[in-house]
Amino acid sequence: MTLVQEELRTSGVAAVEVPSRKSKRVLRPSLIIAGLFVGLVVLMAAWPGLFASGPDNLNPLVALQGPSRAHIFGTDELGRDTFTRVVWGARTSLFLGVAPVIVAGLVGALWGLLAGLAGAWLDEVLMRIADILMSFPAILMALLIVAVLGPGVVNVVIAIAISLLPGFARVIRAQTLLVKNSLYVQSATSLGLRRREVIVRHIAPNVVGPLLVLVTMNIGTSILTASSLSFLGLGAQPPTPEWGAMLSEARNYLQVDWALAVFPGLALTLTVISLSVIGRTLQARFEGRSL
Amino acid sequence: MSTEHLLEVRHLSIDFVDRERRVHAVKDVSLTLDAGECLAVVGESGSGKSATARALIGLAGPTAEVRAEQLSYDGRDLKVLSESKWREFRGARIGFVLQDALSSLDPLRRIGNEVAEPLVVHTTLSKGERGRRVESLLNDVGIPEPRVRARQFPHELSGGLRQRALIASAIAAEPSVVIADEPTTALDVTVQAQVLDLLAQKRSAGTAVLLISHDLTVVGRLADRIAVMYAGLIVEEGPATDVLTRPLHPYTTDLLAAAPNLDNTGVLLTNARAGALAPSATGPGCPYVSRCPLADDHCRAELPPLADNGGVTAVRCWHAGEARERVTTVQEAEPVIGGVLVKVEGISKRFRSPDGSWLQAVDNVSFELRAGEALGVVGESGSGKSTTAQIVLAMLSPDSGEVTLDHQTWSSLKERERRARRPHMQVIYQDPLSSFDPRFTVQRIVGEALGKAGRRGAVANNARIVELLAQVGLDESILLRRGSDLSGGQRQRVAIARALAPRPEIIVCDEPVSSLDVSIQAQILDLFTRLRLELGVSLLFISHDLGVIHQVCDRVIVMKDGRVVEEGDVRSVFSNPQHLYTKTLLSALPRVEYLAVAARS
Repeated sequence: MTLVQEELRTSGVAAVEVPSRKSKRVLRPSLIIAGLFVGLVVLMAAWPGLFASGPDNLNPLVALQGPSRAHIFGTDELGRDTFTRVVWGARTSLFLGVAPVIVAGLVGALWGLLAGLAGAWLDEVLMRIADILMSFPAILMALLIVAVLGPGVVNVVIAIAISLLPGFARVIRAQTLLVKNSLYVQSATSLGLRRREVIVRHIAPNVVGPLLVLVTMNIGTSILTASSLSFLGLGAQPPTPEWGAMLSEARNYLQVDWALAVFPGLALTLTVISLSVIGRTLQARFEGRSL
Repeated sequence: MSTEHLLEVRHLSIDFVDRERRVHAVKDVSLTLDAGECLAVVGESGSGKSATARALIGLAGPTAEVRAEQLSYDGRDLKVLSESKWREFRGARIGFVLQDALSSLDPLRRIGNEVAEPLVVHTTLSKGERGRRVESLLNDVGIPEPRVRARQFPHELSGGLRQRALIASAIAAEPSVVIADEPTTALDVTVQAQVLDLLAQKRSAGTAVLLISHDLTVVGRLADRIAVMYAGLIVEEGPATDVLTRPLHPYTTDLLAAAPNLDNTGVLLTNARAGALAPSATGPGCPYVSRCPLADDHCRAELPPLADNGGVTAVRCWHAGEARERVTTVQEAEPVIGGVLVKVEGISKRFRSPDGSWLQAVDNVSFELRAGEALGVVGESGSGKSTTAQIVLAMLSPDSGEVTLDHQTWSSLKERERRARRPHMQVIYQDPLSSFDPRFTVQRIVGEALGKAGRRGAVANNARIVELLAQVGLDESILLRRGSDLSGGQRQRVAIARALAPRPEIIVCDEPVSSLDVSIQAQILDLFTRLRLELGVSLLFISHDLGVIHQVCDRVIVMKDGRVVEEGDVRSVFSNPQHLYTKTLLSALPRVEYLAVAARS
């Protein structure tokens, strides 16, 4: 009883409903590790010479050696250093992950905005096209396009971008419809803003938020799809180092040298997981924000 | 009443603790409740009333630290109850009715199953018996055609029926205590009256009712005793009649004055101090000092005890009973009414319902709004009042009929031609937050209405923005905050500031106060009254609340099922209603005076 009274006297602060600024964000360890790893991969892609040089240096004398002091990841069938090739492979792999997503993001955003804003028959036409594209599994779609266009890094980018497009367009269209009918767009309209101003100032920026999340989440998927295509021999062509292509080559020597497949595979897996962790965090933050 | 109470709480304290801070939501609250009695706990949001109610059924939540000297039901100690014991308790002994019936009912389950849930858990009735019991329960709570309704889903029922179904499920296992947390807040007046009558019936049948509300006039209909909470403390507690007619604490007085009253006209709802929207004071003294007209050094230095001073009402105030004759601030001037500004001629609008049939939302509605006038549009949900507002705003075009603005065509214009004149007519919505771009700060929200939305434009117009904010009672400290960081009252003030920015002649207000607490509502209503006088702006004021309309408007139109059923001067319509529907609306309106008399008899 006296304790309660004491508590009362000292506290004073009551539950006043005056929301304060957002509370400080807590960085989870998994996010830090993921961030560091992605940073490392980006650094490898941007400046591979920093870690190792000569990804194409042959040395048949040391072919198919497991990890050793001289070659920490081992060597491949032509005696090339696997570590060096994993480092140099980051560039192509990352490019194949990021480029299609950026292309799909830009085109998909325009597509979705156009469909959502125009409405009527244009919306109908655009979304039915998206439906058709979407009815093919992404990997099958990409395979089909590469088969038509021929193998190569640029064609893989185009193929993956097209397979990602309908998903992006759909999300953006849904978000556009939501924002278009929101009270703040109505308020802006009643202020006498021109339609173009309303779109540029209010609709587009509020639509882009979920797009950023989607882009991050899809980089991982895109890397995987690209690696699958390379694995099938349709992506990066030898001797370009690329993780998927390296896995493909390693497959022939799996029983002789485990290390050949493990390290590029590990690089691929960790990159995708890290990107996914970052994407989820972005998503949680974005959804936590009131719309 | 010396020994055993049905429900007894002594010295209850609740803290909400998170990583960064500890909030004392409830401090030293003691309550008792007996069978056949209704205790109302009243206070504004953040006063700790809901936290108290939740603690009583063990649902205070994982972040709450609940401490109490005693927490007992029928002699049983609730403090030591394990979660599984609590589960046996809830529903069977204590029923809980929540505010929002739609989100409290499972959308995928039929009403009958929802109501039968407590029977499944707490009784051994067979399936057939349960069906009959559910039917009689639905019948008891006044749901027509119970057999049909039991087969329906929540979204197929109106708000009032949903709330009743929720009550039916709370009382299904015949608990001896029902706790109702704001059971009527989202409802129209007539439905609200029905729900309160239903709870009154249960009370007469011997159930103890704990009613939580922010509105003193609402609880007056039902309560035997009233406890008023402020900042986690009970500041006044006593028999309903005494609290309502002879309030002793200044906060109770202010709360009573804040409710619009049909018997007063031209009176402001808040005293000058309360208008400041001051948060609870911190420090050792009384938390109400920041808003109290009687505050002195003693109040600031020491928290008064909750004492009854020999009377029937216990009050936590050093100046109990000194509470003045209510300081009534009377409007100094009458607004000047000019010529016709908006003319609505025979507008109709219909929508396609999901089942394919046509719904006539607005049916041949005509009215005029004059310069400087405040015209109220009153009606229940579904009466077409919001659709009418949308048509006047030219956000929707009418199927037939026309709206003219300042004797020029308006509703039949092309949007391109209308655009330049849009700033003349501004709008304030019920939910201000969703009318703000979530990325925008207050500065940019108001700045955009001044013509420059960019950060630089906002800075250039800063002086005018600050002036507008001052006009609505806000200071520049909130300039860089976002809508989501503001309280409900602040948000609505920002929305008003934005509406005022283009110097409009007309402001359309669509339920601008219906999501606010009574005390904040009072401040916003006074603000409207002041702005009308100062700026001569016309208001088209839509509300389901007759008291609010009476407070703000000169003339009123009453809408039902898309038609205007009555129109006229506010005073004459309210004192001498002609249409049956208007009479029903008026009789459903809770009034303190009337209630106090009812409570005595």
